[in-house]
Amino acid sequence: MALLEVKDLDVGFDTPEGKVHAVNHLSFSLEAGVTLALVGESGSGKTQAVMSILGLLAENGHVSGQALFKGQDLLQMNTQELNLRRGNEIAMIFQDPMTSLNPYLRIDRQMTEVVMHHKGLKKSEATVYAVEMLRAVQIPDPERIIRQYPHELSGGMRQKVMVAMGLLSEPELLIADEPTAAVDVTVQVQITHLMSALREKSNTAIILISHDLGIVAGLCDRVLVMYAGEAVECGSVEQIYYDPKHPYTQGLLNSVPRLDQPGSRELEAIPGNPPNLLNLPDGCKFRDRCPKAFDACREKPPMQLGEDRHAYRCFLGLSE
Amino acid sequence: MRVQDLAVHFILREGGLLRPKTHTIKAVDGVSFDLNAGETLGVVGESGSGKSTLARALLALIKPDRGRVLWFGEDLHKLDEESLRKKRQDMQIVFQDPLAALNPRMTVRNIIAEPLWTFFPKIARVQVDERVRGVMKMVGLLPNQVNRYPHEFSAGQCQRIGIARALVLNPKLVICDEPVSALDVSVQAQIVNLLKNLQKKLNLSLVFIAHDLSVVRHISDRVMVMYLGRAMELSRRDALYRRPLHPYTSALIKAVPVPDPRLARVKTDSGLTGDMPSPLSPPPGCVFHSRCPYLIKRCQMEVPALRRMESGDWVACHRAEELDLTIVKSG
Repeated sequence: MALLEVKDLDVGFDTPEGKVHAVNHLSFSLEAGVTLALVGESGSGKTQAVMSILGLLAENGHVSGQALFKGQDLLQMNTQELNLRRGNEIAMIFQDPMTSLNPYLRIDRQMTEVVMHHKGLKKSEATVYAVEMLRAVQIPDPERIIRQYPHELSGGMRQKVMVAMGLLSEPELLIADEPTAAVDVTVQVQITHLMSALREKSNTAIILISHDLGIVAGLCDRVLVMYAGEAVECGSVEQIYYDPKHPYTQGLLNSVPRLDQPGSRELEAIPGNPPNLLNLPDGCKFRDRCPKAFDACREKPPMQLGEDRHAYRCFLGLSE
Repeated sequence: MRVQDLAVHFILREGGLLRPKTHTIKAVDGVSFDLNAGETLGVVGESGSGKSTLARALLALIKPDRGRVLWFGEDLHKLDEESLRKKRQDMQIVFQDPLAALNPRMTVRNIIAEPLWTFFPKIARVQVDERVRGVMKMVGLLPNQVNRYPHEFSAGQCQRIGIARALVLNPKLVICDEPVSALDVSVQAQIVNLLKNLQKKLNLSLVFIAHDLSVVRHISDRVMVMYLGRAMELSRRDALYRRPLHPYTSALIKAVPVPDPRLARVKTDSGLTGDMPSPLSPPPGCVFHSRCPYLIKRCQMEVPALRRMESGDWVACHRAEELDLTIVKSG
């Protein structure tokens, strides 16, 4: 059985301008120990998809579908039932370490709360444990750092604290939302090393939300590409990077500046801009920006299954 | 433009009435370089390395504590306000956050036309309209969108508006402060290509600031790498990416992840540990020595000067001659 099975997930928001369709009929599954990347441009629904699974949607948000975690539907649970799992079996590393740490509380208070609650440790035991975790993410002098406030730490340190917090409860599922977006490249390398080391140690399944195709290539087993709230392609990293089927995936890969290729090359941009979620086009949502669009694209393409669980939502695969 | 030994220091006061303490932050410390007409200089460094402060000092938006910025031989920081204002016509800036840099209550026409009105208050409306439509076309915006407001545009389009505003006065120099960091990759490529083409077409001098080396490579003729307010290396583009002279440059190159699963997995790490030290208490000697894998005793005692190598490239490292940091391509 898959650790997490998401079926037909729909997320929408009511706004004064109308209903925003953030996620449309998203389905995927994730086995224990596997790292899945959700990639796509901003506004493609990556973050809202996982927020809805964790019951963290904003008040004007609606969700439908199923999210089965070890067979039980997270979307049907009340807050109490969710709280047994959140921060315990399922942990999340949020995007911006500056705004997701409480500026009024020292690091120790923020870290020990989780383990005291879920593991029933005493304050002193929890502190020892938290110091161990900080050491595990290679924070120098953790005994001193743990007594400090978030603003006293650098951006890279704060992000490492977030990673340490996510790993405190040794979760079975770790959701990391752009964990490296706010840090410098040299620190970015350190954080990805940490995540892969910890995955090996405790067989944690990871959902990594990222727009950085370089990071995804190094860290993930499977990749789900999203566009305008829909899954457009899903497969193993090798399938996605070496044999992308969807024109959007191909465009994304071509637009990444690469240091391992000649620098004189002109970057291949995808023309146009992502569609407005208030007013999504019928048919294929990528049609307007697609260099290969043809008449059939006015209809919505179905998800097709290729070899070895490689799925893509494009008519082109059919005719080939 | 010629920059000589430019330094910008900020004074930070803290502590109470009784025991006031002041710290000096050397945001930019002794940076020198020449920028030729029609040349693109990439400036790269991690956050806190002084890139944006440098940009502001180049445009005389802040006063340097030391050094000179010569614009066609004249020191910008010695000019009186009126002459400086005239020079500003030739020097423009494009900011990082495209939405925040545009006034949400002004139409696109007024945003782009504002520099024209500032410098030519008596300009005729027809002329303004013509010029605004002209630059909009040039940056790939539809001229019939002149009456819209910034919120009606996507981030990439807003950045195009920012570029149009910078170009409306026909400047000679445009400084782009992380113009694509806030954009998605597919749109980022559009803007980089646009800037590159405009630079060629208009023979602009461009200073392109970024925090990683991958984007800069596609647009620069030369690249300057900064760390804690100092220039570590200033080299011709291809030389820098093939065989960097400074260990920090080499670490930055290695830290950029390759979007290829096979290569990404065998890749060695950057060799750098830890964070950039606080600019309040930079290490003595070479500012990079606390993170450098090639550290020797001399690095802790003596600040290396930015010096010219035989190749014509510049580096600030005591060991530049003996180190071979050639980038090995795996796969």
